[in-house]
Amino acid sequence: MEQGIDPFQFPPVQEMPGRFRNAISKYRITIHKTCTNCGLCISLCPYNVFTNGLKQPRVSREHFCPGSSCSENDFYCVNRCPEKAIFIRRNPSFEALGDRRWPAELLASTWYMAETGCIPHQDLNYKTGDSNGGFDKIRFIFPREERTEIADEGVSTALALNRSGDNRPQVSIPVPFYLAGMSFGSVSIQTMLSRVKAAVALGTFCSTGEGGYPEELTPYDDHIITQVATGLFGVREDTIKRVRIVEFKYAQGAKPGLGGHLLGDKVTPQVAQMREAVAGSALFSPFPFHSVYSVEDHKKHVDWIKEVNPRALISVKVSTPTDVDMVAVGSYYAGAHIIQLDGSYGGTGAAPDIAKKNIAMPVEYAIPKVHKFLLAEGIRDKITIIASGGIRSAYDMAKAIAMGADGISVGTADLVALECIRCHHCESGRGCARGIATTDEELAKAIDIEWGTQRIINMYMAWRSQLIKILKRLGMRSVTELVGRFDVLAHLDYIKEKEIKGYLD
Amino acid sequence: MPGRYHIHTKVVPNRFPAITRSGVIAWEEGCLKCARCVKKDCVYKVYEKRGLDTRQMLDSLDSMCKDCFRCVQNCPNRLIHKGINPVYRALGDSYWTPEIISSLWFQAETGRIPVSGGGYGGPFSGKGFDAMWTDMSEIVRPTRDGIHGREYISTTVDIGRKLMALEFAPDGGLISQIPPLIEIPLPIMFDILPWSPPDDKIIKAFLHGARSLGTFVCIEESYLQHDMEEFLSHIILLIEGIPHHRDKGFFQMLRMVEIPDSGETKALQEWLKEINSELIVMVKLPLSAEAPERVFQLATDGVEVIHLVADEYGMEWGGNPFFIADRMKDIHLFLVEKGIRDQVTLIGGGGIAMAEHMAKLIICGADAVTIDIPLLVAMECRVCRRCKEGIPCPVELEGIDPLWGAMRITNLIGGWHNQLLEILGAVGMREVRRLRGEMGRSMFFEELEQEFFATMGNSR
Repeated sequence: MEQGIDPFQFPPVQEMPGRFRNAISKYRITIHKTCTNCGLCISLCPYNVFTNGLKQPRVSREHFCPGSSCSENDFYCVNRCPEKAIFIRRNPSFEALGDRRWPAELLASTWYMAETGCIPHQDLNYKTGDSNGGFDKIRFIFPREERTEIADEGVSTALALNRSGDNRPQVSIPVPFYLAGMSFGSVSIQTMLSRVKAAVALGTFCSTGEGGYPEELTPYDDHIITQVATGLFGVREDTIKRVRIVEFKYAQGAKPGLGGHLLGDKVTPQVAQMREAVAGSALFSPFPFHSVYSVEDHKKHVDWIKEVNPRALISVKVSTPTDVDMVAVGSYYAGAHIIQLDGSYGGTGAAPDIAKKNIAMPVEYAIPKVHKFLLAEGIRDKITIIASGGIRSAYDMAKAIAMGADGISVGTADLVALECIRCHHCESGRGCARGIATTDEELAKAIDIEWGTQRIINMYMAWRSQLIKILKRLGMRSVTELVGRFDVLAHLDYIKEKEIKGYLD
Repeated sequence: MPGRYHIHTKVVPNRFPAITRSGVIAWEEGCLKCARCVKKDCVYKVYEKRGLDTRQMLDSLDSMCKDCFRCVQNCPNRLIHKGINPVYRALGDSYWTPEIISSLWFQAETGRIPVSGGGYGGPFSGKGFDAMWTDMSEIVRPTRDGIHGREYISTTVDIGRKLMALEFAPDGGLISQIPPLIEIPLPIMFDILPWSPPDDKIIKAFLHGARSLGTFVCIEESYLQHDMEEFLSHIILLIEGIPHHRDKGFFQMLRMVEIPDSGETKALQEWLKEINSELIVMVKLPLSAEAPERVFQLATDGVEVIHLVADEYGMEWGGNPFFIADRMKDIHLFLVEKGIRDQVTLIGGGGIAMAEHMAKLIICGADAVTIDIPLLVAMECRVCRRCKEGIPCPVELEGIDPLWGAMRITNLIGGWHNQLLEILGAVGMREVRRLRGEMGRSMFFEELEQEFFATMGNSR
């Protein structure tokens, strides 16, 4: 099959409904007792909300209902029902869902993308959250006229990760993202494998996080980024030699300056074995690397990995302090190929609230800060900038790239695709009640790996098609053209729609 | 090896069931009694432990539920719903938010730092303290040693006046008079409440808490009762003028006194020093646009400690009022420019609601902070302010056991102390004294917006 200028066969989208009996929907449909089971609603609804039932139709896909915005259509069931027995109202549970960064609509639209691989047709805001700043206040300036000269197949979303010009292999990914580190222990092996297999299908990578390298991942070595973090859990020469990218984690955006902490409850015998530790006792990954006091020490680290694995690219994951630009330059001179800027919105098993909210700057500032500094230093085209820790949607991805990143890395959105509801209780009791971020064997069974893989693939395929749409509207043929294009962005606090030629979205 | 300051915390249960965000699981009619929700879906066993608090008619389903939505999503007849607890939403106001209040409750109950999974879910930034971020340091400094090193981070601050240099006589004898200095082990003192129920037991809870923590409570002279005199060394007595009914021996037992900023300030300070030269006199100055000049004047006149107060929302007085953090920056930088910042101690209070506020006000130039409302919240106050109107307190604060209250306060401050260590650890500092005025180790919303967002949309 012709796949355009990216010679990569993307995986097919397959519909993959949620695991639970009732999806959480924006609207709630009730059918009154006066229903005669005539079946008209079943045949009218193009979204297949209703299915046959014994006494009355069953409301089986409530979450596909566009709600009152459907009222203009001549197939609107509420109007057409001969008995006027159908009622649509807001779902009261919907408002109890989510938070400011991931409001209910963003969660529901991500679930929709994971189920269908498409952009939601309902009136769900799938572009921004409700944080009232940063990505949520930044818009693209699109030209008013629709552009048609570029075909979907004519747009490249590929990203080359080795820009250094050294003799190491060029590693290219057909999408401008890879899947961020989430350790075995913080998530179940089922979750981990779902993410890894999705990464393989999408031709990209998935980082192991700091929990060691489970044997189950060995078949996918070529798509694994193994992490070397301060705790050095499960890091062995053998694991470093297996992979094409090795990632140094200096800091993690969710707990900047604080290091990792896996609560004792989550250190099951399997986790303990992987991490070469004792089951049941909490594991600390200290902050920071105690062998690194300077950029020179950092270079020593990078050289060590390069010596162990001559074909590996080196990525350096850092948090966003006020001097993050200097850290990036230091990483470049130490020989890193990728600098990953990790913002504080990213998920993690457990982090102090005070750190998540207050320590280090939002990633939306860090990206342009580093981009502009490296540009001024004349080395911007020698290193790849990856932004992470707060990318929730295709729009966030495109904005991050326009602000100066080459690509992004995602974790939380994957979990949302697996039906995470952002209850923020990953750490309590047996862990995630929804079986995602847990090592409890019984709970973890709730995720079927094939199901999880396809859900994640679907979400990313929806993201990719949105990215292509954005690029086309901007008249770009490659995602690389979008990097650092502040001129196509506007912040709603500083620019009003009437002041510009295009329109804001 | 320096002594370590450790706050001993233990779980101190609530007297009333906590008000939680979620809850209100509503069943619609038509339940089949299949017990799927009870037996299969609740991993937290909320249904099995279900109970009713008869005092408030609260169902424990509401307070124990952790919002996993499994029962909502698996009920065969779609009968279970969740909502946000309206009582929770009505807590406090736009500054003292339900999130802040419930986080303070958690800390007072457990003594632990609030921890959660899943990343930050709040707003991008906000007004006041939410318009700044603190720094972190990517690379290790020799003063740091990971998680164990945090035990050696000092949160001690000095209260009093400091000399910039010592003067010696030709024979080597010291000429300079060393002013008295009090060290407190953490940069927090307790202040008078803007409002509270009848407060005899409440003040006693503060006093017990302050004594065990090694800090002070500001108390108005008229509130001081005989049975509080055992706490005199942990009281900052607020006097408006010379209290003629007190004998001089009384002032010799005190370590700190607070006086208002007025025409009498100097005379009152001299009168106090005459009786007890070791006494530290703090001058209370409401914040306003005139504060920088006034602080400079007081500092030049030899005042030792200045207590800069804002209202309970952190706002100063006068037209076009500043937020406490912004005014504190002004004052600090003005004194730095005048070359006398280090001679005087600045303490800020008003609107300090969370541990991060303490750290941020110190970054803006305060040496220490005073807190008030959080102490009440530690004892389950709901910031409903009914007591202000003379309406009975819904959590019966006037009847608390002071020792219970003191333990709750100790837990809260234990949590704050730990969070201060997190901030200091992340910036790579070993002493809170060094954090003072370190605006270069923080990031401000307005500056970052100007630098990165305000220019967007301009053609290249």
